[in-house]
Amino acid sequence: MSEHRVTRSDRQSRFGLATFAVLLAVLALLPWWDSDGSLRVPLVAILYYLALAQMWNLLAGFAGLVSIGQQMFVGIGVYTLLSFAEDFGVDPYLSVLLAGLVAAVLSLPVAALAFRLRGGYFAIGTWVIAEVFRLIALESGFLGGANVRTMTRASLGGYSVDTRNTVTYLLALGLAAGATAIVVLVLRSRLGLALRSIRDNAEGARGLGVSVTRAKLVVWVISAFWTGMTGAVILLHNPSTRAESAFSVLRWTALVVFIAIIGGVGSTTGPIIGVVIYWCVREFLEDAEEWRFIILGLIAAAMAVAAPRGVYGLLQKRWTVQFFPVRRRLVGPGVGAPAPPDEIRTPSQPPK
Amino acid sequence: MEWLNAVVQGIMLGGLFALFATGLSIAFGVMRFVNLAHGDLAILGAFVAVSVTSGLSLNPFVSLVVVVPIMLAAGYAMQLGVFNFTISADPLPSILVTFGLGVVIQNALLETYSADSRGLDVGSIEVESITLTDAIAIGWIPLITLAAAVAVLLGLQAMLSRTSLGRAFRAVSDDPATARLMGINDRNLYAVAMGIAFATVAIAGVFLGIRQSFGPTDGPAQLLYAFEAVVIGGLGSVWGTLVGGLLLGIAHGLGGQFEVSFGYGSGPLLGHLVFLAVLATKPTGLLGRRDA
Amino acid sequence: MTLLEVRGLDAGYGDFQALFAIDVDVAEGETLAVIGANGAGKTTFLRALAGQVPIRAGSVVFDGTDIGAVKAHRRVGLGIALVPEGRMLFGSLSVRENLIIGAHAGREGRWNLDTVLDVFPLIRPLLNRPSHVLSGGEQQAVAIGRALMSNPRLILLDEVSLGLAPVVVKSLYEALPALSEGGATVLLVEQDIGQALAVASRVVCLLEGRVSLEGRPTELARSDITAAYFGMPAGTGSEAAG
Repeated sequence: MSEHRVTRSDRQSRFGLATFAVLLAVLALLPWWDSDGSLRVPLVAILYYLALAQMWNLLAGFAGLVSIGQQMFVGIGVYTLLSFAEDFGVDPYLSVLLAGLVAAVLSLPVAALAFRLRGGYFAIGTWVIAEVFRLIALESGFLGGANVRTMTRASLGGYSVDTRNTVTYLLALGLAAGATAIVVLVLRSRLGLALRSIRDNAEGARGLGVSVTRAKLVVWVISAFWTGMTGAVILLHNPSTRAESAFSVLRWTALVVFIAIIGGVGSTTGPIIGVVIYWCVREFLEDAEEWRFIILGLIAAAMAVAAPRGVYGLLQKRWTVQFFPVRRRLVGPGVGAPAPPDEIRTPSQPPK
Repeated sequence: MEWLNAVVQGIMLGGLFALFATGLSIAFGVMRFVNLAHGDLAILGAFVAVSVTSGLSLNPFVSLVVVVPIMLAAGYAMQLGVFNFTISADPLPSILVTFGLGVVIQNALLETYSADSRGLDVGSIEVESITLTDAIAIGWIPLITLAAAVAVLLGLQAMLSRTSLGRAFRAVSDDPATARLMGINDRNLYAVAMGIAFATVAIAGVFLGIRQSFGPTDGPAQLLYAFEAVVIGGLGSVWGTLVGGLLLGIAHGLGGQFEVSFGYGSGPLLGHLVFLAVLATKPTGLLGRRDA
Repeated sequence: MTLLEVRGLDAGYGDFQALFAIDVDVAEGETLAVIGANGAGKTTFLRALAGQVPIRAGSVVFDGTDIGAVKAHRRVGLGIALVPEGRMLFGSLSVRENLIIGAHAGREGRWNLDTVLDVFPLIRPLLNRPSHVLSGGEQQAVAIGRALMSNPRLILLDEVSLGLAPVVVKSLYEALPALSEGGATVLLVEQDIGQALAVASRVVCLLEGRVSLEGRPTELARSDITAAYFGMPAGTGSEAAG
């Protein structure tokens, strides 16, 4: 048997994983020492933004699906939870799971239409379809999106306020950590290899028998499922909504895109950095939502031109760091130093 | 008769959609560039017209003489200074830059002009109309808008097919690398194209402002209508843009008939559904080139 | 007089270097053929001269000026025209428009639509056709005509004969003397060695990105050319040349 093997981890990534495991454990135990919730409540928003950013990152950074319609899955999640828990009396936490399933099922016909468009037109196409869902929620008497709707005490089950807050926090933490884990796992799987070969050379990948559409579809459905559940948790955290806010492109796509871009799209660590930066900007500009959007928008636009791999990409240029073991390397006798870290390798473009 | 009137009014509205779609179509046709800030730029143009009309006490129609050159220069500078750096095989940077720009414009307008709705007042012509039958009357403003759209598209078609600039646009659209071998500065040509795109979308914005009230956050809806008109008509076709705009307008007009039972979203919703139906059955658009 | 002076030229795409320390001089008025096997770097050499491939090291001096940093679209104005491999006509333009756009840089000279059509009379009836319906030979004639329209001092021809029937190639090559008589210096890349040797006043052979032979066709032994072409020691390749 050959002494060579393909490995993904090294000392650094094992150190990175350990760091994140400790961080996750600390966050998971937070409810037991942050008894008044002063840390937990603001953290929930950061965590669900991380989940949304990772899911957008999975689409745009790895599958080339630049969606500007993520608000549709958030909105679907919100209204599924409202319908099941509020209107049909289903347990709210079971409804969170159902919200993800409904979003995943609805993402299939959406893909059938949107996948006919490429690049920038795919982006606007997903936005149009999100508008369709928003208008349906807005005008439908059953969903009642034109008015403010609130999760009432009854629909939240017999749980106490404290229990609800803790569960919401833990759900948000689970969604954020889970979203990050999904990106890592997808990249490590055969699907991740297929996506990489598509990104490097779609025609070549097709020639090797990689089904480009199938790989993209799988990622699309995963992202819809997770984004839908996140939408439901957003409603648990902030129990009043209407169609305008549940399907808000600014909140559920623009901010999410800015977070991912500033942190670094196409890497697993980037969105985590991005969400931390978002938190800082939010603390500084607490009461100036417009200025928040202007500043984040300008930074993101500047990043997209000057540093397309975000802050993480800039850090990587100076230090070779890789926290998550997602890169495959050949190790064994006679194999040289590890390749430079390039979770995303931009193929040099030979002229036509 | 009520339905016929809806169709007629829809055609008039379609003129506005075609005017919005023109700039998007130019940028995509010449350099495969999709500008997600397109709708916000139209609204920006309308707000510039608000400032110009009140500052110089001009009629909004006359304010075009000021607004259009400003937006033309802005488009030229934007392409040269920013957008050109995002042009590559990867569409991600250009999508992100223009999406970010749109959000920035929206919020900057909110900061500057507040969230209040505005209108551009052109006087008594706003309420005047031509009566065709008892049930159908065509307003002068929608008619002028449609005429402006047709004039802009005719001018564009003539420029593309008859002038050396148009020839250079078509050459660059076919193959920028070979166009450079002819001595064509493709980057500069992109800037000219974006200048024209900004100018046409500013005209569209001003006409929108004359026709109806508008606010800082109305941009994305206009982007979506413009995009739908382009896709329905077919990418890379000047007349397709007009046909797409008119069909979308008719869909909005007919959808408006359900306003009472369904709500104010019914017009746009039927428009979106017509777009999705075209996408499902004929993704290259009704008059599209096969390669586009 | 030397029109073009290439010294120590390195060029390539991305991680791949195609040319290594190329030294070539081209005298005004001559016809220089660059020959070599597939992948020897011939096309990259022409593209580097036209500005389509960036120069990594060395210098390209055209008419006394270093043009290494001059952008592709400005080199046309200086008098360098490339007829690219594969013709690359503009599909949305008619044949007439394809020719006229060649004069975009606005250089004065003897070439205009009429004089070009005199050299390639077969194009005249096709002027109003869309260029994509033309045959390969017709397209190649338009591509050369398009380059002439810029009134170049140096015309770079890449694989004129590629994919064309021998009789078509012959008629295209018969037009070459008219180019020289019109005052253009011709630098042509060709895989068809026989064709190249017949028209060229001088030959440069490339092998794996380096100059392996240079001389006048009349003074070179066939075995030397074969050896330089295939990279074998001189005198061993006399059977292989085609």
